[in-house]
Amino acid sequence: MAITPQQVVFILLSVLTLGCGLMVVLSRNLFHSALWLVGSFFGVAALYGLLEAEFLAVAQILIYIGAIATLIVFATMLTRGMMLGRMKMSNFQSGISGVVAILLLGLLVLVLLQVSWPTEALPVPDDTIAMIGNAFVSAYVIPFEVVSVLLLVALVGAIMIARER
Amino acid sequence: MVPLSWYLIVAAALFCIGLYGALSRRNAVAVLMGIELILNAININLIAFNRYITPEEVSGQVFSIFVLAVAAAEAAVGLALIIGIYRTRDSVNLEELDLLKG
Repeated sequence: MAITPQQVVFILLSVLTLGCGLMVVLSRNLFHSALWLVGSFFGVAALYGLLEAEFLAVAQILIYIGAIATLIVFATMLTRGMMLGRMKMSNFQSGISGVVAILLLGLLVLVLLQVSWPTEALPVPDDTIAMIGNAFVSAYVIPFEVVSVLLLVALVGAIMIARER
Repeated sequence: MVPLSWYLIVAAALFCIGLYGALSRRNAVAVLMGIELILNAININLIAFNRYITPEEVSGQVFSIFVLAVAAAEAAVGLALIIGIYRTRDSVNLEELDLLKG
């Protein structure tokens, strides 16, 4: 089986995503974890690009890297008591949770390999972004409004919880 | 063309990495990072299924945008809680937060 250039790109991006993800959970320094998390988010955004979901790739970079990763870096620096590597980062159940995670991965891969998934993608319509916009104001208008209210409530609540008293 | 199963395996691996991070860390911020990895893995699955099975509809991408919005709300509230706890207890070590334990 010959490997096409697209598959090479996919393998490189997967190695980037999973390697950065592993460093996020294994790094002893919390600040380094936050920086590896940015690398992992970037790899996921590139995978979205490979899946021809351009809008999602840009939204991933804007929201995850631009907003969530920045928030996490701020929270890391505001609670800096534990980021200096003096303490053990893992708790008493880290061994058993590693075993659980590896067993779950084995189970998922076992189940995945028993199904014959499509190997060739169907052609993509030209104007996906317009279709997403139409879907938001027609079929998914109620969930869209609920999510916007949820975001507003969450942000007001976050300000109320975190402000000085 | 990349087979769909490759995407699913990468997403499963990312999910398990995030699960390990969420279960094994003792710092609350690190647990939140694990949860973000899990949500990213779910989004990869949604978009890959959308691309390979029904590309003429965009329901997978719409759902992953909802996941993105909920993840943003979750990160904001979670980090606000962590900062509030740090202010009152001077620690974000989850093993020391046993106020509700009988």
